[in-house]
Amino acid sequence: MTAPRFWRKINQRYRLVGTECRTCGTAYFPPRDLCPDCRRDGDIVGKEFSGKGEVVTATVVHDAITDYDSETPYTLAVVELEEGARVTAQVVGEAEVGDSVEPCFRRISDEGEEGIVQYGTKFKRV
Amino acid sequence: MLRDVAVVGVGQTSFGEHWERSFRDLFVTAGVRALEDAGVAGDEIDALYGGNMSAGQFIQQEHVAALIADYAGLSTEGVPATRVEAADASGGLAFRQAVLDVASGASDVVVASGVEKMTDLGSTETTEALAGSADREWEVFSGGNVAALYAMMANAHMERYGTTRRQLSEVVVKNHENATENKYAQYRNEVSAELVESTPYVSEPLRAFDCSPASDGAAAVIVVPAEDAQDYTDQPVYVEATEQGSDSLAVHDRNNMTSIDSTAKAAERAYEAANVSPGDVDVAEVHDSYTVAEILAVEDLGFAEKGDGGAFIEDGHASVGGETPVNPSGGLKACGHPLGATGVRQIADATRQLRGEAGTQVEDASVAVTHNVGGTGATAVVNVLSDRNGRSR
Repeated sequence: MTAPRFWRKINQRYRLVGTECRTCGTAYFPPRDLCPDCRRDGDIVGKEFSGKGEVVTATVVHDAITDYDSETPYTLAVVELEEGARVTAQVVGEAEVGDSVEPCFRRISDEGEEGIVQYGTKFKRV
Repeated sequence: MLRDVAVVGVGQTSFGEHWERSFRDLFVTAGVRALEDAGVAGDEIDALYGGNMSAGQFIQQEHVAALIADYAGLSTEGVPATRVEAADASGGLAFRQAVLDVASGASDVVVASGVEKMTDLGSTETTEALAGSADREWEVFSGGNVAALYAMMANAHMERYGTTRRQLSEVVVKNHENATENKYAQYRNEVSAELVESTPYVSEPLRAFDCSPASDGAAAVIVVPAEDAQDYTDQPVYVEATEQGSDSLAVHDRNNMTSIDSTAKAAERAYEAANVSPGDVDVAEVHDSYTVAEILAVEDLGFAEKGDGGAFIEDGHASVGGETPVNPSGGLKACGHPLGATGVRQIADATRQLRGEAGTQVEDASVAVTHNVGGTGATAVVNVLSDRNGRSR
């Protein structure tokens, strides 16, 4: 992922800043600028998520795309945040459906030993 | 539809590793075979649609509809050529666009085609290109490639409905057995469930043999107004419905991880338009990019109750001779999966079934369904075809 593409998302990668529609009360992470339910009647504002959540489903990835090779095998999960949004993220160590998790700041991928390292949010079991 | 449409010719290359052949060579072979099958002359063609997912990444070539029209000898006549893209549902969409073009009355003789050249890249770059069908910023960034996302759907299905690892394997066993008689298939060898389960994990519970392969290949079909079909062939195949559905790009944004709603929505519309029920379907070519995808497909297409897809396949109901034979061609797993070509290859195989000339033939097949999915299910296309002289209608 190129530097500008990563830089635009730093608030999300590092701090889990999403959005919320004040019309219907739905919280969005990843953020959406348009509420899919209210559309133009929606009123979107920023919202920081606590990061606390629960594992909905998970897998252990053995065969990854190149920049994630150094992390394999890793646990990937869909986590439902307590505010209601769901995210795809790695869980440090193992994860079972229903596990309570909290966020942690970790290295996500690297372009080999001398390439760019990207950081972001993973989760760990509480 | 404004006017009925029929398929009057089909053609394809064999699917596999065509290291000695280029993107354009593959298309020309498939296109010529389809034209010969239909008895259509090149100067009769009004329009061309080409399904292709990722030539830009696989061969650094864009503008591929113009390229294939050029090498097929269609650009001297200025025939409109349009690329259609929806990840690995590109072929199904190209077919749908061709049918709608004829149905609208805008065109009379249209080529629907799909082509992908995947083996010019190594496997790491191929996996990278495939990941482009998922949400690059919010799934792939976290390490969620397509296999991993399907693996999470598989685990959710196993957890909720008790689907077993062996049932996933039975999809592979069935599809490889079906492909032994398909001369175009990439893998024509039988495999055992034990062999499937001895291959390395890709993403748990999915193993290497749960995944469709990277392939080169092209397929093309010719569509014309139904009222003209007898001018080209004694065995036209009628397009009773062509429908498409969408869903959120990211799997995590879906309410339900144990079905693909785009499939269910497209199927519901297609059955209504064709005036058939799932029980009327004699044969289906479905999108088994991963084994779990076939289990989801037989449920979302209504052949099995939700949650029973694994048992439906394990008990032989999806086998040739069973209640609803699924993927008698061998499916994506054994035919190979040249992404943009697959949806058109499915139409070619369904047509062969309805004509009674398939390698692994379903007896007296009269109503066929094809089902093509983009990535993890944000796009699905469902087509209903028939020979219009069947017992089922």
